Amino acid sequence: MTLLDPNIPDGPIDSKWRTWLDQHSLVGPRNRAGKNVIVIGTGLAGSSAAASLGAQGFKVKSFCFQDTPRRAHSIAAQGGINAAKDYANEGDSIHRLFYDTIKGGDFRSREANVWRLAELSANIIDQAVAQGVPFNREYGGSLATRSFGGVLVQRTFYTRGQTGQQLLLGAYSALEHQVAAGNVTVYNRHEMQDVVVIDGEARGVIVRNLITGEIERHAADAVVLASGGYTNVYYLSTNAMGSNVTATWRAHKRGAYFANPCYTQIHPTCIPQTGEYQSKLTLMSESLRNDGRIWVPRKGGDDRPPAEIPDAERYYYLEERYPAFGNLAPRDIASRAAKVVCDDGLGVGGTGRGVFLDFRDAIADQGKDAIERKYGNLFEMYHRITGDDPYETPMMIYPAPHYAMGGLWVDYELQTTIPGLFAIGEANFSDHGANRLGASALMQCLADGYFIAPHTVTNHLAKNHDPVSTSDSAFDQVENDVRGHIQELMDVGGSTSAQAFHREMGHVMLDKCGMSRTAEGLDEALTEVRRIKGEFWSDLRVDPGDEEFNQSLEYANRVSDFFELAELMIQDARRREESCGGHFREEHQTEDGEALRDDDHFAKVTAWEYGGESPVPHDEGLTYNEVKLATRSYK
Amino acid sequence: MKFTLEIWRQFEDSEEGRFETFKVDGINPDASFLEMLDQLNERLSHEKKRTIAFDSDCREGICGACSLVIDGTPHGPQQVTSCQTYMRDFIDGQTIKVEPFRANTFPVIRDLAVDRGALDRVIQAGGYISTTTGPQPEPNSMPVSPEIQERAMDAAICIGCGACVAACPNGAAMLFTGAKVTHLNILPQGQPERESRVIGMVEQMDQEGFGGCTNYGECSRVCPQEISIDVIGMLNREYRKAKMSKKPKPDRAMTTQ
Repeated sequence: MTLLDPNIPDGPIDSKWRTWLDQHSLVGPRNRAGKNVIVIGTGLAGSSAAASLGAQGFKVKSFCFQDTPRRAHSIAAQGGINAAKDYANEGDSIHRLFYDTIKGGDFRSREANVWRLAELSANIIDQAVAQGVPFNREYGGSLATRSFGGVLVQRTFYTRGQTGQQLLLGAYSALEHQVAAGNVTVYNRHEMQDVVVIDGEARGVIVRNLITGEIERHAADAVVLASGGYTNVYYLSTNAMGSNVTATWRAHKRGAYFANPCYTQIHPTCIPQTGEYQSKLTLMSESLRNDGRIWVPRKGGDDRPPAEIPDAERYYYLEERYPAFGNLAPRDIASRAAKVVCDDGLGVGGTGRGVFLDFRDAIADQGKDAIERKYGNLFEMYHRITGDDPYETPMMIYPAPHYAMGGLWVDYELQTTIPGLFAIGEANFSDHGANRLGASALMQCLADGYFIAPHTVTNHLAKNHDPVSTSDSAFDQVENDVRGHIQELMDVGGSTSAQAFHREMGHVMLDKCGMSRTAEGLDEALTEVRRIKGEFWSDLRVDPGDEEFNQSLEYANRVSDFFELAELMIQDARRREESCGGHFREEHQTEDGEALRDDDHFAKVTAWEYGGESPVPHDEGLTYNEVKLATRSYK
Repeated sequence: MKFTLEIWRQFEDSEEGRFETFKVDGINPDASFLEMLDQLNERLSHEKKRTIAFDSDCREGICGACSLVIDGTPHGPQQVTSCQTYMRDFIDGQTIKVEPFRANTFPVIRDLAVDRGALDRVIQAGGYISTTTGPQPEPNSMPVSPEIQERAMDAAICIGCGACVAACPNGAAMLFTGAKVTHLNILPQGQPERESRVIGMVEQMDQEGFGGCTNYGECSRVCPQEISIDVIGMLNREYRKAKMSKKPKPDRAMTTQ
């Protein structure tokens, strides 16, 4: 085991990024067109990075597996984006956003990165407005804000309940602008299969053209992974069907360390599952918790219609347990509380895995019109999916896998342990510690893509690189590996679809490596995941024809990586003998059931080196100079 | 629930397609249309038959990937995306016809999956504000009234699915293009490129082979985001004004430095 160095610049925290910017190496405008950058993924992080690098004059190739970059799953983010602008005159500041993020992450993130994120937050709003993102406005025409979980100020900017969509369309338009300018080439329906490392540096990728099945080689001077998170390891999640871990996992197998894989976020407000063949879970924005009150009947099995249950017989468990934050407690706490009341038999709905999110009081106080203006599209969506009208009857919600705080380990420059290979957005592990606060994902993706990666990648490009050709023998070798893996999937010749195996594994992961974990359960999970993986490799069926459009092959290829990731997640969860944020080990809790951290032993990042069934952990110590480590309290 | 499905099968664009009939049974009324197809595909895998290709991603109505024509209507009977169409919207035992989005500009890739790259190229021709990353003015120095913001947003919510094109007897993309032109041309940030934007996008539509609008109104009727046909009026007005304007037209290439 080695100690990892995140290469944080010296100096006071509020001048580290400025210091870094003042000192990094540059590439002259005339030389930029000769430098090639590959960006994988076109969500908020990928589109914004590709557009920004293109605008600087570098030659950028941008890849996405969807049929157009605008479909990347950032599009589905609903609630908003945080920025320390203090428009609401509440005394908000960079320091407060920084502190809330560190505390929200249960003191498991890196101070210097989080400070930079808070520092850049205001610029993101300015950039998006300049692109024409139609943020909600106040009557005088100034930007509107609202509050979100885990904070006591209103610093969240939003475009109705479709903030991710509008920010992504802003980044997508910037990307297409650069396509028109000839600086960026977009490869739709292309999926990265592997990264090519030459003399220790990332120098290209192997991709599969999903329409023709052709395996292609692309060389570059730097590779940026913006391929998103891995919560689809749970099968049912709020992620898109295609969201996958393949790009980061294959990079991991080539030498990039994978950090904190056990930190996953189970989002408290999703529509509960209804049937076995359900393919995904739908999130209802956390912003609903601003006005909705969460409760269950005090008596188990109370099947009166919710409106007939008097207040005295309702258990507003978040308001009772966390009076200061109430329904706006952070996500990990709100989710676990829902699980606890349902485990105690108080859950509602057909399966008993549901709690009420009730707007009765908000409608009485503010009027139906006001609620409709704030949440109209969310109410409609809920009505459409469930058939119930939330203006009339409370919503039913239950936690669902939503976001991965873990990801590829990166240093201050967002560079992985493979020089020249960068990871940005949800694909890296950097800023959210063990739990991400609401409206912070959009902020981090865009800070990485617009304002950090364009500079840190430039710094790498400024180093002289020997030209690399795709006929280099390293490309031969990696391409052979890729073809070999695809052939293995084609050759299994069984009769069960990848989706069926994925569903089975996801069930094990959610049950034993989800909201609540035990050593015993994790050990069982590892055995079960390996068993299902064995069955996958002996009874998988994919459609014939790997050199053509073959969606069953795409799916099987992704699931094969989820199996390996699942094993690493379990081992990481097993090793972290403490509870923090989204990682709750039942052995480590306070008397009243709150997470019990062990700062003496685990105030650190665990970054795993690939090692098949025996991965090797490395540590990065987390030191706190600006904040005092404290037990997180939202009471 | 059980259904008889007549599903369009086509190996690739150059090959002739045909309908193939499948029976499905034991479908949960709360299953989505795509989950019903997933279930059919799992069965086909089991029977070692080629599965049915179709696009989908977010499955919550926002990414715009799904693109089925269900019983003759793009996205089906409910004016929501294919993925938000639920089996409870159909009658038990019913026969349902499933086709891909059909338009000359959307070549079939396989079965129900089509290529909608033409829409990206329309955006490339001007569907943006030519700003690059860097320091920007303080947003509150340029107030936008909530009414204008609402109008911009009503157009900006387009998910780019292309149902409007598939529904239009002329295969026009006017609702798609009109939505983007409306969004950007009514905001203060969009003013400097107001004319070049609309001209560029309209010319690209023509070049791609999209048809013209003859006021059928089918586009808006199937739009899952309920974008109003007013955006087409806006598009026409903006185009006419831009064409008649005496202002010199900057070369698009010059504005995209």
